[in-house]
Order: sequence, then structure tokens, then C-alpha cells
Amino acid sequence: MNNKYLGKFIVISSVMSTLLILFSIIYLLLEIYSGGKNYLTFEFITSEPKEGMTAGGIFPAIVGTVLLVLIMSIICVPIGTITAIYLNEYANKKSFFTKSIRFAVNTLSGVPSIVFGLFGLGFFVQFIGAGMDKVFSTDGNLQWAQPNILWASFTMAFLTVPVVIVSVEEALKNVPNEYRAASLALGATKWETIRKIIIPNSISGILTGTILAVGRGAGEVAPILFTGAAYFLPHLPEKLTDQFMNLGYHVFVMSTQSTDVEATKGIQYATAFVLLILTFSLTSIAIFIRYKFRKKLIV
Amino acid sequence: MNLLQKKFRPVEFIIEQLIKSVSFVSFAVIILIFLFVFREALPIFSQKEKTVPKEELQTGSYGEEPTIDLQNQTSNLDNQSKNKDEATIKNLLGNEWQPVGLEPKYGLRPLFLGSLKVTFIALIIGAPLAILAAIFSSLFAPKKIKEFIKPSIELLSSFPSVVIGFFALVTLATFLQNIFGYTFRLNAFVGGIAMAIAIIPIIYTITEDALNAVPKYYSEASLALGASKWQTALFVVVPAATPGIFAALLLGFGRAFGETMIVLMATGNAALNSLNIFDPVRTLSATIGAEMAEVVFGDVHYSVLFFIGSLLFIITFIINAIAEFYVRAKLMKRFRGE
Repeated sequence: MNNKYLGKFIVISSVMSTLLILFSIIYLLLEIYSGGKNYLTFEFITSEPKEGMTAGGIFPAIVGTVLLVLIMSIICVPIGTITAIYLNEYANKKSFFTKSIRFAVNTLSGVPSIVFGLFGLGFFVQFIGAGMDKVFSTDGNLQWAQPNILWASFTMAFLTVPVVIVSVEEALKNVPNEYRAASLALGATKWETIRKIIIPNSISGILTGTILAVGRGAGEVAPILFTGAAYFLPHLPEKLTDQFMNLGYHVFVMSTQSTDVEATKGIQYATAFVLLILTFSLTSIAIFIRYKFRKKLIV
Repeated sequence: MNLLQKKFRPVEFIIEQLIKSVSFVSFAVIILIFLFVFREALPIFSQKEKTVPKEELQTGSYGEEPTIDLQNQTSNLDNQSKNKDEATIKNLLGNEWQPVGLEPKYGLRPLFLGSLKVTFIALIIGAPLAILAAIFSSLFAPKKIKEFIKPSIELLSSFPSVVIGFFALVTLATFLQNIFGYTFRLNAFVGGIAMAIAIIPIIYTITEDALNAVPKYYSEASLALGASKWQTALFVVVPAATPGIFAALLLGFGRAFGETMIVLMATGNAALNSLNIFDPVRTLSATIGAEMAEVVFGDVHYSVLFFIGSLLFIITFIINAIAEFYVRAKLMKRFRGE
């Protein structure tokens, strides 16, 4: 195999592919920025939509997104962290139970987000919500059995749980076994070792996982399409049974279903840019933390 | 007294059991997803046997009996006693998707075709780029450049799909139409290219991992025998990593098949039975996203949408399972030299 052209072709095409991918990332960013830059003011971020969504800002959508990821994190971070601790510290790697959990986590990360949306509607809204209404509701009005921010957060939490698990597990694997051995040799029990040695030393992984999950949750739209997102609300969500506005959903609705798509193009670009910057910076921070702490633990 | 015997500590035991039960949540959720998505889809299979009077059918039935395949019924009058689920299942296999109207038609074929079209376009465009980029950053690039490329492409995976869809809708569609000059601005091709942007990071990351997992002595042996760098890459490292690359393609396929927002925004959403890549398409996932909000709860249409969801779940489940078990087993075997 002494074909020099083949070698050149392979090297050049691999360089070109890489450049093309990097170029399209930059192009996408610049394009969305330049489309919305005239709208990107402080006021845009802090004011409400006006004149039938053709003017004004996206403040309620930002609040809705933040609330969504906040409630989501409260659910998915503990579950993800504990699962990772189980898988890495307690589990018998060969047992059927461990294998099925691992398989479930992998499967969960591959389930299409729209299926999560259907699940949220079928399980949380129609089943749990309706059940709660049967028990708590006195006047027969629907309270929980309709889309709201709590069910949307739950749905999103199960979508992002694998992200947390993978991150935390990576950090746990990074804690040298000598740490565990030293702690146990000094008489600490397993739980004491985990609580005082292992968790403090893998806090970067928990943080990375949380940030990545938040970034993912902020950007996904399909799971909240039927579990709580609203096109326009006159007030901010006040209780868990309220619907909410969401940045991604806002982009989607404004660009496909509004009556005058052309008139609001600038707002659409600007909203997309805010969303992009949000997820982008979250992911950058996560990558940075992971990179920074990766080499720290050495015996 | 045996000093080595493990002491029973109730607190430790309780904590371990608690941790174990929380970790069971992931497993339970998978079961729940399957049960609840499928539960809502069930009515289309379990409808009771009902015979439909001929006269009523000819005037067009609406509301009560929306799933009856009229053509089937009128052309096979002998089969009038056929039960309804057969009719519904036949209806699902049909060629037309027209869920609203006097005679709703729930033929899934155009939707399947749409999903496959977009997915294959995305793979044909995205996979070579991602694999070549992975080969470059894993095998050719100097360390400094590699440390820049890897996180950059990881960042691409953080782009929300709704933003990619928006980009495809407002910019890419016009741009491509100017180049190729096709009739419909939004079509499978635009959706496929946008989808390629979404699946490149997945294919890249897994391929890169697979290439890095090939033991160093493979390439060292090859280089020691006088092979050049690219010969080693192409004839030693890449073949050794093929199961991993195959897994990357499978997972990319699964992601593209289930992705919703991009196709919902960029493909035009017309359920056509055409093989032309420049025609608009409607995919399975986009159908759920577009129609679920307007459907009556408990209606046949509602159940059919949940049925599509179950199909998506099962298909991605099978693909992930293949990627997981088959490929991992094969990789392990190969590197152990069996």
C-alpha cells in the first residue's frame, strides 16, 4: 500500500472535515447574533412582551426557563448523584440488579425527547395529576390534572438524570482507591468514607453534572410542549400549578405559529441568541471545571 | 470471638438500602415510560367488535367511528363483520396520513418514510464529517490543536435543537434553495442537513473514544514495521475500532430518528409518499409534536399519536441495545485478542 495520493487524501479530507465543522459552529453563532443584535438590549431581557408579542422583551420566558431548570435540578441532581454513588461505590458490578440499572441509564439517555413529553402527559398530568385531583380537589375543578411547571420539571428531570449520573460517576472514578483504603483503615465506616472523603473529592463532578443538566434542560423544548409551556402568559408563574413561558418554546412558536413571522424576526433571533448563549456558557463552564479538576487528585 | 467478622451496623445498612432504592428510579422510569406511553396507545388495539351498517358508512361516519377504513369496507362488503381493530391496524399500514376530516386516515407509511429520509440524509452528510474529524483529532492532530477541537465539538452538542431548527428555518433553507433551486423551501434535504449538525457531536465523540481505546501497541507495532502515520491510521487503528464506529453510527441514527424540534421546524411537515429528497416531509416525531396540542383527549387520533410514540421508543430502544451489547462485546473480544 504505497499510494501516496490515498494518504494525502485521508489527511486532507480529515482536516477539511474538522475545519468545516468548526466553521459551521462559528457561522451559526455569528448568524444568530447578527440577526438579533439590534434587539439585544438590557431592556429586551428585563421587559415583558408588548403589542401582541411584536415588541417588548422576553423577561417572562427567561424567568420560566430559570424556574423550570431550578425545580428540575432539585429533582434530578440528588437522584443522579445517589445513583452514581451506588453504581460506583456499593454495587456488585456483576450482579443482575447493577447491570439492569446501568442498562436503564443508558436507555434513558437514548429515549427521544418527544417520548418524554408523551410520558409526562400520560403519567404526570393524566395519571398522577388526575389522581391528586381525586384526592385533594373538593370543588371538582381541575388543579393538578393539567399541564403545569411542576410536571414539566419532573419530565425534564428524568431526561437529564443520565447526564448527572455520567458526570458524577466519572468524578467518583477519579478518586484514587488509596483514599478509600486510608479512610477505611482509620476505622471509618463505608458511609462515613463516602460522606467525608469521596463526596468532597468529587464535588467538581457533581457540579459539572448539574451544570450540564441545567444546560440540557434549558434548551430542550419537545418534553415541555404538552406538559406545561405556554405561548403567552400575562403574569409570571406563582405556584406549581401554573403554566410558564420558556425561551426555546418562545423561539419555536414565534418562528412557526405567529401570525406575522416576518415582523418579529429580530425578536426571534435575539431570543434564540439569548438561549444559545445561556446553554453555551453553561456548557463551557462545565467543560472548564472538568478540565481543571481532572488532574488534581494524585496520590 | 472472631475479630474479622463484619459487624452489623444498622445505620450503614439503612443508608445502603436507601441509596440502592434511589438508584432503582432510573430503571423504574424506563418501565413507566413504556407502560404509560403504551397504555394511552392501547385503545386502538382493544376496540370492541362492532359491525358497521353499510348505509352509515356511505354517508360518511364521523366522530363515533373515525378509524374505519372506508375503502376497505366498501370494496370488501363480505368482510363487513371484520372487527374494528383489524380495520384500525390496516388503517395504520395505509398510505395516507389525514387525521382530520370526514374519513380520518392514519397511514403511518409516509411518516416512516419521512423519518427515514431525514435520518439517512443526516447520516450521509454528518457521519463522514464526524468520523473524519475524529480520525484527525485522535490520530493526526498535534496535542495542542486536539485540545482545542475536542471541547469545541463538545460545545456543538450543547446547541439546543430548537436553535438549530430555527437556523435551518430562517437561514439554511433560503441559502440552500438559492444553490439548488428546488421548489419547496422547506424539505427533507434542509431538515437532513440541520439534523447532521445535531448528530455530528455524538458520532464524533463516540468515534473518538473508540479510536483512543485501540491499544497503543497496535499502532506502535505498525509504525515499527515501517508503515507511515496515515497507513497506520487507515489500515490498523480504524479497522480495529470499527465496532465502536458502528456504535457511533447507530446512536447517531437513533438520535436523528427521534429528534423532534429540528424536523418540526425545517422539513415542511407534509405527509407525502415521495422519494424525492427535495420534497417536504412529515416525520413520526414531528407529527406528535405538531398534532398532540390540538387533539381531543381519548380520541383515536390521540391514541394513534401515543402509538407513534411507542414506536419511536421501541425503535430507539432496540438500536441502543444493539449498540450497547453487540458492539461492546465485539470490541472487548477483539482487544483481548480472542
